[in-house]
Amino acid sequence: MGHSLKRKEDARFIQGKGRYVDDVKLPGMLYMDIVRSPYAYAKIKNINIDEAMKVPGVVAVVTGRDLEKYNLHWMPTLMSDTQMVLPTDTVMYQAQEVAAVIATSKYAARDGREAVRVEYEPMKPVIDPYKSLDPDAPVLRTDKEGKKDNHIWNWKVGDKQKTDDVFAKAEVVVKEQMHIPRIHVASIETCGCVADYDKVNNHLTMYMTTQAPHAIRTVIALVAGHVGLTEEKIRVISPDIGGGFGGKVPVYPGYVIAIAVSFLVGKPVKWIEDRSENLQADSFARDYHITAEMAGTKDGKILATRFKVLADHGYTDASANPSKFPTGMFSIATGSYDYDATYMECDAVYTNKPPGGVAYRCSFRVTEAVHAIERITDRFALEIGKDPAELRLQNFIKKEDFPWKSPTGWIYDSGDYHKGLLKAMDTVDYHQLRAEQAEKRKRGELMGIGLSTFTEVVGAGPSKDFDILGIKMFDSAEIRVHPTGKAIARFGTKSQGQGHETTYAQIIAEELGIPAENIQIEEGDTDTAPYGLGTYASRSTPTAGAAAAVASRKLRDKARKIAAYLLEVSEDDLEWEPGKFFVKGAPEKSKTIQEIVFASYTNHPPGMEAGFEATHYYDPPNLTFPSGAYICVVDIDKETGAIHVRRFVAIDDCGNIINPMIVQGQVHGGLTQGIAPAMYEELIYDEAGNILNGTFMDYLVPTAVESPKWETGHTVTPSPHHPIGAKGVGESPTVGAPPAIANAIVDALSPYGITHLDIPITPFKVWKALKEKGAI
Amino acid sequence: MLKEITITVNGQQHTLEVEPRLLLVHMIREVLNLTGTHIGCDTSSCGACTILLDGKSIKSCTVLAVQANGKSITTIEGVAQDNQLSPLQEGFKENHGLHCGFCTPGMILRATELLAQNPNPTEEEIRWGIAGNLCRCTGYNNIVKAIQYAGAKIRGEELPSTEPEFV
Repeated sequence: MGHSLKRKEDARFIQGKGRYVDDVKLPGMLYMDIVRSPYAYAKIKNINIDEAMKVPGVVAVVTGRDLEKYNLHWMPTLMSDTQMVLPTDTVMYQAQEVAAVIATSKYAARDGREAVRVEYEPMKPVIDPYKSLDPDAPVLRTDKEGKKDNHIWNWKVGDKQKTDDVFAKAEVVVKEQMHIPRIHVASIETCGCVADYDKVNNHLTMYMTTQAPHAIRTVIALVAGHVGLTEEKIRVISPDIGGGFGGKVPVYPGYVIAIAVSFLVGKPVKWIEDRSENLQADSFARDYHITAEMAGTKDGKILATRFKVLADHGYTDASANPSKFPTGMFSIATGSYDYDATYMECDAVYTNKPPGGVAYRCSFRVTEAVHAIERITDRFALEIGKDPAELRLQNFIKKEDFPWKSPTGWIYDSGDYHKGLLKAMDTVDYHQLRAEQAEKRKRGELMGIGLSTFTEVVGAGPSKDFDILGIKMFDSAEIRVHPTGKAIARFGTKSQGQGHETTYAQIIAEELGIPAENIQIEEGDTDTAPYGLGTYASRSTPTAGAAAAVASRKLRDKARKIAAYLLEVSEDDLEWEPGKFFVKGAPEKSKTIQEIVFASYTNHPPGMEAGFEATHYYDPPNLTFPSGAYICVVDIDKETGAIHVRRFVAIDDCGNIINPMIVQGQVHGGLTQGIAPAMYEELIYDEAGNILNGTFMDYLVPTAVESPKWETGHTVTPSPHHPIGAKGVGESPTVGAPPAIANAIVDALSPYGITHLDIPITPFKVWKALKEKGAI
Repeated sequence: MLKEITITVNGQQHTLEVEPRLLLVHMIREVLNLTGTHIGCDTSSCGACTILLDGKSIKSCTVLAVQANGKSITTIEGVAQDNQLSPLQEGFKENHGLHCGFCTPGMILRATELLAQNPNPTEEEIRWGIAGNLCRCTGYNNIVKAIQYAGAKIRGEELPSTEPEFV
């Protein structure tokens, strides 16, 4: 623990020996390509496959009508909505799957795809979510009986009356309308699978880019059980994953079609989407339109907040949230501040856009929540003319007030927000920066300092509240120590780059005293790993990491019994130090963990079960609440609007740290995925529902040039309820960085009366705002 | 109609019959089964498929296999010599220059040419030098550090610390 052990998994990756889904090649394997809709909303009049079937190598073309015969043309979403696998009569968004071409090679499949002729009758789509609720808007989900509008659900939390009363009497009220844009995870590996159905044994092996292999196995069994594919006949293998970030949690139609085709033809079928398909058709993230309001006193005390959200879910609600949380954990939006009145409401609507939204490197809508509270807090500071750092220090929940119950019901486990912000301010020399800014403002130069002091809620979660399709959100570890004292441990989670093979080994090493290099970690094979809900929402350390610690402690209890037997003393006479038990007062009388494990196979006490294995399914008593204090400094060129991030300092508190190098790596990466939506990325649609930037040529993923040199540090406030005091860190920077950057830019522009800009804040947006205010 | 080509891959000569439209990356991955070269986009934007063609780093998704006829290519599988990691492979491992590993082979081959041309690049030169290769995981700080480490190793200088630096 606390040691920057170099990663165990790297040896294969740096030598080209990683094994990703597209590297799987099976005898007789067929290739699948997908015909996609050019229209956002259209009737399918005819699909002509004649020419496609003549293409050399093409084996079959599958349409919705073909799948309908087996009732496989639709599937449930994780949010209990429904989604077409392939359409039978209508397409609902551009790039939707229309037909699948199966061929003996990748190139033949593509040729076949080009030869499929589809006749459409285009209809006027609903693109703007605000217009989707107009009385004259066409009802999109005619497949849902009795549906009379495009409204999906309404969610609310908090005390409306109390909050309205505080707002009515408040000295100061501020309000901003903000859009958290539709973005994409854009992992460098796209999604795909190899579905391998073995007719003789009625068995499916599914190699798949998934962050949650066990949940997927259960979903496949639920969808395909009626054709004989029951859960014991399904093996999901998630090999090395080239980045996930939440985008590899959902089940996409391509996976289901590949399974159906393999089932029908009895051969393995590979489907790997290309980048355009990935950006245009896979689940998006965010797309929340938020009206944020804050009430307070003239001297800076925050009294209440109100948030009204319109959520654009596209064609279907394909979010990946815990079932009871349609808006995810948006209710963390009260933030790091001590006040007791809030009211939040969200309406979700259908539009003719791809479905979503996934929790992109974010514990279910925490990014949207943090942007809203951190932006409106800055807006409040601006309104009353108070320094935003001072205002935050004035309103923070105090260290001694934890555990702290938020107005929306969360129990924040621990935190020291003052310490984090003061450390960040000290690192950048905050007061000096403000003095420099004052000087620059006199000369008309634009410099901004932005803060974000956020609280996250991660590690879903306690079984009383958290489940996905009824399955509780525990996670698991199984540790098996071999006679020679070396171990293998398996988990229900699945790393996509987080370094589990190293950090889990470190946890077990710490608890059992077996060196980390002698502990092999395995994930991603449902035939061997214990059941778990997978890796997303920063849940691996809070759940499976905890399971590793508890399973290790079960083994240590057994080790104590064996040591007592071997040393012929009572268990109470033994003391543990990592790696061995020794007799109190006689340290020369001891047994190492390796000797004890060997004895468990060769000379175990009479009546004791032989072997040295333990499994634990960890059901967390609470979520964990990591926090952070970020400061961003920008310089803006007034004439062009060009934004230069001069410094970015991130102080995170993720509790006890297992591997500082890996934690820092996670923070670096998350920060770049934070600057991305803040300044560069957004999926843009025109009025006809055409995506305008559906390739990497124009969807601007930051390169090493756009990405600043990040400066990171930490404070350590352990989680009181986690077995090793850890909280999880992977998502804090993605959540915390966008408002820090937006706040810095608005701070630079505020002398000209600019109070808010929607992300992504581009040079053009800055220039336009300055022009409108007459500043240039 | 198939075309015969002769190509040296990681020091070994291959004579192959390929479709004229076959992309070099597909020849490497599907015909030669060297799956360390990855595909991340279809617009030569991401650089996951970067290899060396006669020593120059190129994106193999935008080159036809027939264009490599008579030439020599190096993929990630050919970077380590006699079981000895290259300075860049070592640099990436020692400095946590990778997370998921998907962009890593392309990054290493791009940086191989970068350091061959300029063994002592500034941080800015490194950042611009790898701007054609996208990484979604690392935030690039440690990739820069990995390349600086490899540069020092190639120049025979004292190696920089690989411990993470915190404020």
